[in-house]
Amino acid sequence: MVNFTVEDHDGNRQEIEAPDDMGFSLMEILKASEYPVLATCGGMALCATCHVEVLEGKDELGEATDIELDQLENLPEYYPTSRLACQIRIGDILEGSIIKLRGEDQ
Amino acid sequence: MIHTDLCIIGAGPVGLFAVFEAGLLKMRCHLIDALPQVGGQLSEIYPQKPIYDIPGYPEVNAQDLVDNLMEQAKPFSPTFTLGERVDHLDKQEDGSFIVTTSDKTKVHAQVVIIAGGLGCFEPRKPAIENLELYEGNGVTYMVKDPEKFRDKNVVLAGGGDSALDWTIFLSKVAKKVTLVHRNETFRGAPDSAAKVFDLANNGKIDLILSANLKQLSGNGKLDSVTFMDKSKVEHVIETDYLIPLFGLSPKLGPIADWGLSIDKNAIEVDTRDYSTGVERIYAIGDINTYPGKLKLILCGFHEAAIMMHSAFKYVYPDQKLSFKYTTVNGVNSF
Ligand SMILES: Cc1cc2nc3c(=O)[nH]c(=O)nc-3n(C[C@H](O)[C@H](O)[C@H](O)COP(=O)(O)OP(=O)(O)OC[C@H]3O[C@@H](n4cnc5c(N)ncnc54)[C@H](O)[C@@H]3O)c2cc1C
Ligand code: FES
Repeated sequence: MVNFTVEDHDGNRQEIEAPDDMGFSLMEILKASEYPVLATCGGMALCATCHVEVLEGKDELGEATDIELDQLENLPEYYPTSRLACQIRIGDILEGSIIKLRGEDQ
Repeated sequence: MIHTDLCIIGAGPVGLFAVFEAGLLKMRCHLIDALPQVGGQLSEIYPQKPIYDIPGYPEVNAQDLVDNLMEQAKPFSPTFTLGERVDHLDKQEDGSFIVTTSDKTKVHAQVVIIAGGLGCFEPRKPAIENLELYEGNGVTYMVKDPEKFRDKNVVLAGGGDSALDWTIFLSKVAKKVTLVHRNETFRGAPDSAAKVFDLANNGKIDLILSANLKQLSGNGKLDSVTFMDKSKVEHVIETDYLIPLFGLSPKLGPIADWGLSIDKNAIEVDTRDYSTGVERIYAIGDINTYPGKLKLILCGFHEAAIMMHSAFKYVYPDQKLSFKYTTVNGVNSF
């Protein structure tokens, strides 16, 4: 299991525990935790509605891929810490990180 | 006013197939979509992706499926209003509806079919104070009629393909085009990026990189935009228009205000005929919900066929409908 913190649109923080051996993406865990993530494209890095900011733990996650950056750079607001939740696999690298929701809500 | 039998809101795959099903029963359709092109999610989000679960096609490219649906609907001569959002539905005394769009186009129809998918694709807006004040007064998110920009000053903002494409296009029409982009480089098609740099080098456009939009000014109508460069220095550009191009995202939008029963952004329907709680309004495809609903193109096609047999009674109240295969009579165009 991996533990990390999610900050919603209103700034409320909550600890999340997620299985790291089932191949889930961060987007899937956020949706399963009832966060209002649209995820229109279902995780294909085509819609950017799963936009999150990695407030802490960014270095562990490595660089965003080109296809991820293509979407992020199109957004009206985009931060150096921006990522697409659907492109982040749940694993050790997320342990202790803080994720802020940025995408449009439902 | 446009007069038709059925007004279909949404020209996604399900709205397009509904034209064919309506045509088999001799009902004419007018389709309205907020996007400037038909195809819904397929053309807007994944035109070049293959789809594997359309019966009879082991694999089909999303845009090819849309093109084929248009071809299949062609014998029934559907008419279209594109680039306009449906805002209002008004019931008339005889039960028919007048449908009104954001550009005040009016369509009179016996039956309204909502095939609105995930909702309207609406532009993502930059977080600038007073933005709403200038929408329609200089700020616009879509280039519907390029002539509107002839001999005008235009500022575009964004770095994706549409920002590049419209910069290139408008450089031939407008008096002056300025493109403001947040980064040093463009991730859009390399060809278009090269063209934009060429235009800038030849003085045909102004290119402002590593800068963000900051503020809009004017007196009721946009006069200038202020942007801030990476050294936090502010610059003012005088302009007639600002076109922010930061992609689109679906929003349920006006559909929520039409008195229909909505559950989690979808319209609740009766699965016997996909009718909504309001007589003569049906909802098919991704926009509807019922126990067991699957948001698949295939399911939307099925719903279109069933609902048309129910809608027939409103268009031809004096006729009885008997079911026939297309193999019996073929497809009789009109
Ligand atoms: C990345 C991705 C991959 C997919 N892959 C598959 C797949 O392999 N197989 C499959 O079956 N499905 C797939 N889907 C789902 C499929 O795309 C949808 O089920 C399908 O598009 C639904 O069609 P629709 O016509 O109901 O709605 P949409 O395609 O969403 O079209 C609705 C249209 O209505 C318009 N609209 C809405 N409200 C208004 C209004 N008020 N005024 C004017 N216009 C309005 C919108 O602009 C839009 O163009 C995929 C979806 C995505 C995003
Ligand atoms: S779910 Fe669409 S980009 Fe992540």
